[in-house]
Amino acid sequence: MSNVPADLHYTKDHEWIKVAADGTAVIGITDHAQAALGDVTFVDLPKIGASFNHGDVFGTVESVKAASDLYSPISCEVVEANADLNNSPDLVNREPYGGAWMIKVKVKNPAELGALLDAAGYAATL
Amino acid sequence: MSDTLSRTPLFALHVELGGRIVPFAGWEMPVQYTGIIEEHMAVRQAAGLFDVSHMGEARVRGRDAAKFLDGIMTNEMATIKVGMARYTVMCQPDGGCVDDLIVYRLADDEFLICLNASNAPKDIAWMRAHIGTHQVEVLDECAAWAQLALQGPRAEAILALTTATPLASIKRFGFEFGEVAGVAGCLISRTGYTGSPGFELYLPAASAEKVARALLAAGKPHGLVPAGLGARDSLRLEANYPLYGHEISEKISPIQASLGWTVKFAKPDFIGREALHRQAQGGPSSSVVLFSLDDRRIARQGAVVYSGETPVGEVLSGTQSPVLGKPIGTALVAAGHAASATLTVDIRGNRIPLRLSAEPFVK
Repeated sequence: MSNVPADLHYTKDHEWIKVAADGTAVIGITDHAQAALGDVTFVDLPKIGASFNHGDVFGTVESVKAASDLYSPISCEVVEANADLNNSPDLVNREPYGGAWMIKVKVKNPAELGALLDAAGYAATL
Repeated sequence: MSDTLSRTPLFALHVELGGRIVPFAGWEMPVQYTGIIEEHMAVRQAAGLFDVSHMGEARVRGRDAAKFLDGIMTNEMATIKVGMARYTVMCQPDGGCVDDLIVYRLADDEFLICLNASNAPKDIAWMRAHIGTHQVEVLDECAAWAQLALQGPRAEAILALTTATPLASIKRFGFEFGEVAGVAGCLISRTGYTGSPGFELYLPAASAEKVARALLAAGKPHGLVPAGLGARDSLRLEANYPLYGHEISEKISPIQASLGWTVKFAKPDFIGREALHRQAQGGPSSSVVLFSLDDRRIARQGAVVYSGETPVGEVLSGTQSPVLGKPIGTALVAAGHAASATLTVDIRGNRIPLRLSAEPFVK
């Protein structure tokens, strides 16, 4: 069974998002997603300052098997992209909820958070 | 086509070993166990065991067997020695490939032919349709055989732990019948599809699991791991071995696929000879090239290849090479561009230069 931490929010497209009190959030992909992709070889992330609407493609994660789009769980502006993934894309397989966070963003519309899945809701989709 | 997927005799073992099962060529096969890159490197550095029981087999026997095969295969069949195998292509009249095959000569008048899984019924029907007046019969033995590929530098040492058959005397593309793990009637062949040394074993289907378990147990101290179809694909692409439906197909001839060495124009007439001869003389309209990318993105099947702003071809296979640590692939490109130093491939809107390679990435 894949790991679904209780303190995160999720999309049905297998992204997770962790919201901080200061209005920022960190986004990554779930344990289930990394297992389905297999060995990750490249993560293509946006530049700082890039803006996305809820559901926009913000990047691509490439594994030996396939390239998959990353969808923004919310409307946001990128304030940081995880540079560690440049040299160690395999972090996605090893630490999907930790070292392999993908982007840190400014949340534009906190009301959108209510539409995300909680851990139980996401686990039920797997 | 049937909707139900077939299972090899090793299906339960794959599940037990944690294999991730996917549909492939009408079969439920393990794409990986622990990870494609790990399994790939195990084959390059130690050994991997692949279940390739989805591959088909046909036995061709009768007084005219060699003559019959020479009429439908591009390579020379009559000169194969008993105990040796040969790679060949079977072509349509227009030069397109019906399939690529390995032909084992069991006796003067008897051959065992290894067929691609998805092509097996088509191949057998094609062979039977061309028997004509030849004294020969084509037997479908797909269900009778299981196949294992034991590949990697430690393969011979591992196999020797499970068989008394002398392996050192089996030459490349040679084979012997022998007992493996107590199972009689196994065909032990020094062939493979990985670019690393090793063997392919043709086993009575009912005994395949016994042999697989014995090999895995004997090989564990040598670093042997079960390996899936994902690693099989990345290994064969590093070695520049064609995969039917990608580098060769009913639309891509052996001449286009740089397999001209398998086409023997000097032998008597065979199906496809005229078309292939024209291509060989005048140059084909397009040909297959091998490439790597100095990039992190993988150019996948269908990605468009450009010369300047002109589309001149498309990617046939693409993966990450674990040995090179960068993406590799093959592409079909129009005549006049196969040696171009300025081709690019479009990957999600990015134009990445193709670095063409005249040599396989591993040999």
